[in-house]
Amino acid sequence: MSITGTVPAGEASPESAETGMPAGPAAGADRVSRRERSAVLRMSEAEAAEIGGDPDDPGDDELVLLNMGPSHPSTHGVLRLMLELSGETVLRSKPVIGYLHTGMEKTGENLTYLQGGTNVTRMDYASPLFNELAFSLATEQLLGIDVPERATWIRMLMCELNRVSSHLLFMATNGMDLGAVSMMIYGWREREEVLRFFEKVTGLRMNHNYIRPGGVAADLPAGWRTDVSELIELIEPRLDEYDTLLTGQPIWRERLQGVGVISAAEAVALGATGPILRGAGMAWDLRRDEPYLFYDQVDFDVIVGTHGDCYDRYAIRLNEIRESLRIVSQIIDAMPSGDYRTQDKKVTPPPRARIDESMEALIHHFKIFTEGFKVPPGEAYAAVESPRGELGVYLVSDGTSVPYRVHVRAPSFVNLQTLPHLMQDGLIADGVAIISSVDPIMGEVDR
Amino acid sequence: MAERYGAPVGADRPSRGQAVIHPSPSRWLDVAAAARADGFDQLIDLTAVDYLTYGADRSLPEGVQPERFEVVAGLMSHERLERLRMRVQVPADDPALPTLFDLWPGSESLEREVYDMFGIAFEGHPDLSRILMPEDWPGHPLRKDYDSGRIPVQFKAASNVR
Repeated sequence: MSITGTVPAGEASPESAETGMPAGPAAGADRVSRRERSAVLRMSEAEAAEIGGDPDDPGDDELVLLNMGPSHPSTHGVLRLMLELSGETVLRSKPVIGYLHTGMEKTGENLTYLQGGTNVTRMDYASPLFNELAFSLATEQLLGIDVPERATWIRMLMCELNRVSSHLLFMATNGMDLGAVSMMIYGWREREEVLRFFEKVTGLRMNHNYIRPGGVAADLPAGWRTDVSELIELIEPRLDEYDTLLTGQPIWRERLQGVGVISAAEAVALGATGPILRGAGMAWDLRRDEPYLFYDQVDFDVIVGTHGDCYDRYAIRLNEIRESLRIVSQIIDAMPSGDYRTQDKKVTPPPRARIDESMEALIHHFKIFTEGFKVPPGEAYAAVESPRGELGVYLVSDGTSVPYRVHVRAPSFVNLQTLPHLMQDGLIADGVAIISSVDPIMGEVDR
Repeated sequence: MAERYGAPVGADRPSRGQAVIHPSPSRWLDVAAAARADGFDQLIDLTAVDYLTYGADRSLPEGVQPERFEVVAGLMSHERLERLRMRVQVPADDPALPTLFDLWPGSESLEREVYDMFGIAFEGHPDLSRILMPEDWPGHPLRKDYDSGRIPVQFKAASNVR
């Protein structure tokens, strides 16, 4: 497909000092507004289809419009990119999303607060426990209940292990996208060990519905300390192997350094959070800056990059695994005994054995699992630092047992906005590295 | 009545530790610009709620006229470690607001999503189009009068699409 007339061919675009936003191709570059200079290709399907009707075989000076995805091995699921190309150079691009949209926020309006966890956990399927955590925290804010200390520590333990498994998945896919295929096998191999522990605790490898309003679904199994210690012992030396395999390796550095650069100001303006923001040099981590759970009681470092390129984002995630393991080993020592869920009878179902001997227990059990528990009217927003950035849940309750509105502020959805800016003036081959370094989870993007 | 950036402050207490202000639709952009100038450098979240069938008291501050739609924007000040939530009432007969794109370019996708799901138009938005639903989709799914159970699965090859 070639473009003639509609898209003016652009020169290499100078950085705009005034706005900090990269300047895009535009005619009369001195008098164009920020909108026209954008890296985003704002073109509808209809317009693209019209251009598609033009004769093929573009000349040397013509721009080409190319679709990448939705079923492309390097687009992490079903992300589609509309690319405006000059030769192999990407000028403007547009992420086209919605292929996994199943209306999960609408579904959430028909599920009780107890069932809601099963819904949100499927959004960011690489780090399901964070979805459950944010949803539970928002619900607990509305309920105004406190969670026992042990439950909070269990949540932290599980979430940090989930961060490890999610970043290991990133290591695997990032390696594969760049041709380091053995890395893919290693990443999946280590992740599987973490998932095996999750299965032991929650019964499932993914989509756990383990963190629930009021606590967690079950206590940690006997021998969990040994399991977790073994995990740490297994993964830590493997991370050093990744260092040997990738970090210092010239080909790896060549592919990632200086590719997909974004400044801190740009990242903030575009709403980016997580490793993208930290990679650009901004030390911002909700665990440290807005401590939730007991993150103010553990010792860890916020990993920050300097160049804001793909290499920094890779290195940040690799070192965040180390920090998470550091937190996990502190949790092993800090874990108190006690309840794993609140004893508030209106929120927590009674133990199975009590149902046989107590009428009240039977009634509570029946009410919680049929009608659900009622949540006072109001609105609440709870945010956690997921492996991809700020994951927030905005809940509106009208006093019934079903949320009136469930909104999930998905980090991948917002981070995807940086993609056109990262890809601008780069090569298509670098585009693959860039998509990978943004680490979008399409289930969360589309919801 | 307490005000901030010229907008009423929510009820008598912050919503679970986070400050809430209620700008009027006509002052939406001015209040947002004042907040932006005051150090709220990131637009974290922007969404909407359709209060069509809401059965409880909405506890809006005095002088704020409740409307069917409410657009909720979450702001973050990295310098002061502070969050601010802006809730604006949007009437059902004219669901439109000025865009925040010129203050925070990150509002682009979020406003497109609200437009897609609620049919609230953002005037001046550079690319106000559907983002999650197909471009020719009728209706706005997250509205409360949009039935969730009636849309058949769409197959492109089928002759009786919708």
